[in-house]
Amino acid sequence: MTVFIIRRLMQALLVVFLMSVIVFFGVNVIGDPVHMLVSPDADQADIEATIRRLGLDRPIWEQYLLFVSGAAQGNLGNSFIFGEPALKLILHHMPATLELAFSALFLAVAVGVPLGLYAGLYPDSLLSKGIMAGSILGFSLPTFWVGLMLIMLFAVELGWLPSTGRGDTGHILGIETSLATRDGLSHVLLPAMNLALLKISLAIRLTRAGVREAMGQDYVKYARAKGLSTRRIVFVHVLKNIMIPVVTVMGLEFGSLIGFSVVTESIFAWPGMGKLLIDAILQLDRPVVVAYLMIIVLFFVLINLIVDILYSILDPRVRLRDQGA
Amino acid sequence: MTKVTTALAVATSIIALAATSASAEKLTIGLASEPTAMDPHFHNLGPNNAMAFHIYDRLVAQDEKQNLTPGLAVSWQPIDDLTWEFKLREGVTFHDGSDFNADDVLCTIARAPDVPNSPSSFGAYLKGKTAEKIDDYTVHIKTAEPYPLMANDISTIPIVSDSAGCAATTEEFNAGTAAVGTGPFKFGNYKPGESITMLRNDAYWGDAPAWTEVEFRPIKSGPSRVAALLAGDVDMIAGVPTTDIATLEANEDIQLSQGVSNRVIYLHLDQFRENSPFVKGNDGAEIKNPLMDPKVRTAISKAINRDAIVDRVMEGVALPAGQLLPDGFFGVSENLQPVAYDPEGAKALLAEAGYPDGFQLTIHGPNDRYINDAKIAEAIGQMLTRVGIKTSVETMPRSVYFGRASKGSPEGLPEFSFILVGWGAGSGEASSPLKSLIHSYDKDKGFGSSNRGRHSSAEIDAVIEEALRTVDDAKRQELLAQATEMAIENVAIIPTHFQVNTWAAKKGLEYIPRTDEYTFATGVVKQ
Repeated sequence: MTVFIIRRLMQALLVVFLMSVIVFFGVNVIGDPVHMLVSPDADQADIEATIRRLGLDRPIWEQYLLFVSGAAQGNLGNSFIFGEPALKLILHHMPATLELAFSALFLAVAVGVPLGLYAGLYPDSLLSKGIMAGSILGFSLPTFWVGLMLIMLFAVELGWLPSTGRGDTGHILGIETSLATRDGLSHVLLPAMNLALLKISLAIRLTRAGVREAMGQDYVKYARAKGLSTRRIVFVHVLKNIMIPVVTVMGLEFGSLIGFSVVTESIFAWPGMGKLLIDAILQLDRPVVVAYLMIIVLFFVLINLIVDILYSILDPRVRLRDQGA
Repeated sequence: MTKVTTALAVATSIIALAATSASAEKLTIGLASEPTAMDPHFHNLGPNNAMAFHIYDRLVAQDEKQNLTPGLAVSWQPIDDLTWEFKLREGVTFHDGSDFNADDVLCTIARAPDVPNSPSSFGAYLKGKTAEKIDDYTVHIKTAEPYPLMANDISTIPIVSDSAGCAATTEEFNAGTAAVGTGPFKFGNYKPGESITMLRNDAYWGDAPAWTEVEFRPIKSGPSRVAALLAGDVDMIAGVPTTDIATLEANEDIQLSQGVSNRVIYLHLDQFRENSPFVKGNDGAEIKNPLMDPKVRTAISKAINRDAIVDRVMEGVALPAGQLLPDGFFGVSENLQPVAYDPEGAKALLAEAGYPDGFQLTIHGPNDRYINDAKIAEAIGQMLTRVGIKTSVETMPRSVYFGRASKGSPEGLPEFSFILVGWGAGSGEASSPLKSLIHSYDKDKGFGSSNRGRHSSAEIDAVIEEALRTVDDAKRQELLAQATEMAIENVAIIPTHFQVNTWAAKKGLEYIPRTDEYTFATGVVKQ
């Protein structure tokens, strides 16, 4: 077992190393950050001073070695634009993205599962057909367009909800979040809805398929024969069984909620990691882009490592095959 | 000019009126771009400089037309060829209650060019200048050579406090502990990416602002910014997208303000390579660079229909340009008009220059830097093709574009042959574009740093350099105008139009537009 974990760890390290090479060199061959930074009034000497100060006059492999030695000590470099450590900037913007992703996930489950349940139980009703048609729209409409439409409808026309920004924040368990205040919640609703739309459609389809399959199963027939009420059958027995794939998929989708929040955050001026990343890309703030990508890489490598280890505990065949290889 | 003065007078009286009836008035402004720090010397960048104005004063202020007006200095004048004397305003206090005096000026001048990790410092404005305290309210600034633009340079430097700000780090400014100035507003709260709030400085030495609290919200997406205004979440927005102007104009609840900026959009042409990489013969073969020939450059200028660009591409929100700065700025020529659209004349000139069938050319431009930049490049491409210069268009993000345009060739020279760029004259007078765009590229003297066409003329250089040595205003104005006329005559660059900026506010508010494109809360007046 220990050998297995060590072997997996080595592989994870190799992946992180390879990704760092690809990300660093990939980002560093694009464009020229110096001309994005210096004021147009700067003369040639000022421009050269900036190049030297940022270390861009050194050969790229030397820059990479500096980056790696810094990264080994937890320093992913300083933002060109803010002059602050890139890691600190990203961590500072993380709570805003996480609260948006959690809210979207909550909406996806809270809206998607009941609708899917209804559509699964009464597949021929007009409402079910409407729900399914709606879910196709949810899949196919582009996020930025839906976001603008939501703003136009709920903020501009109806005036119910604020259009952009994060609103007041409060503290839950010491973390600053807009989920803690009424004003913050009203701000989070529209972007979360926008982000959740695709996931709601997904939850509807998964739940509906599961319900339709489960309703024909023997255990449901048996429960009916036993005289259980429909309500009990659906909410206790069926729901419990169909939730397994829903929970699995929604869990996996959480990662993409964080990743896809870039568009939503830009439209709703939400100060999260996605907006930080897109601004950094547009302004060529290389250290922030590299740090962001490295954090995501680490994140995924870590999840996969944990999954691998769990599998090997659950299924001895994985372990054995690995030893044989 | 009288109109502006009246508008100003009205504005000031309204501000004064509002100040006397001091009630809690909050103003929320949606910004198109966000400052990168609250440290006024960290990053010499438009959004940062505009934000710093609220908390800090300069010795010399720039009004909305970029004319110099007294700020923390009540007067300034050269006392000999190499020394400028600044008389400081007495009785001014910082937000923390400490007095403003010459020590604050001296330590600011020492700090501004030298902030750690600064992406772009204020060094360019302070190079070669040494400050000396004469008494508490007199400062002398010396240069090695006569320097007429002293007050313009000094007008860019926000004054921080000797006790609270000079030794502070950028983090301390961002946290607010060091953000102590003498300006009309006090630091309130800074949440990067979210909001910046400021509170009125009731002890301000000038006209007290009408607003007790101001909140700035960066909303970079144009449609979202407009929606935020329509929804009433913000009271005013900067950077209205040109596509939304017509709709907002028709909206009775919205008040638009428009003003021409100091930014000229122009074309640079490769004038230094015998074979230019993006100029080809009609058969695609290399040819001798036709852009070296003034006749060809004039033909290109005549082939461009500036009125059409303004009307169609810019939806009327721009001014056709015939020189480097719009009318009313110091150093512009009164004799220059935008070159008239004359396709027949252009064809005749091309034939005269030996290109009756034209040639192939590529125009390069950014697609996310200036208002409608990619569309302008496309329009110019079509116009040139119509007179026989078969032009293809290539646009790219500014993060890629400017590096290649400045030094993208294998030898580290400008890569392109024909480019679309813009220039904003930060100093508010004509020496800024002349020095950087028209003067020959000269690394040692720091001239021509953005001269990407590498036009070079010893006569023009001499006039520009003489202007930069001439302290007498009238004489310098004449020299700058003369240099501009020579540059346009030579077609060193081809100006196309001046950008016009648009702000939108809810009904009852109006913004006094600024040529430097800055958004100032003090410029928002109640009607």
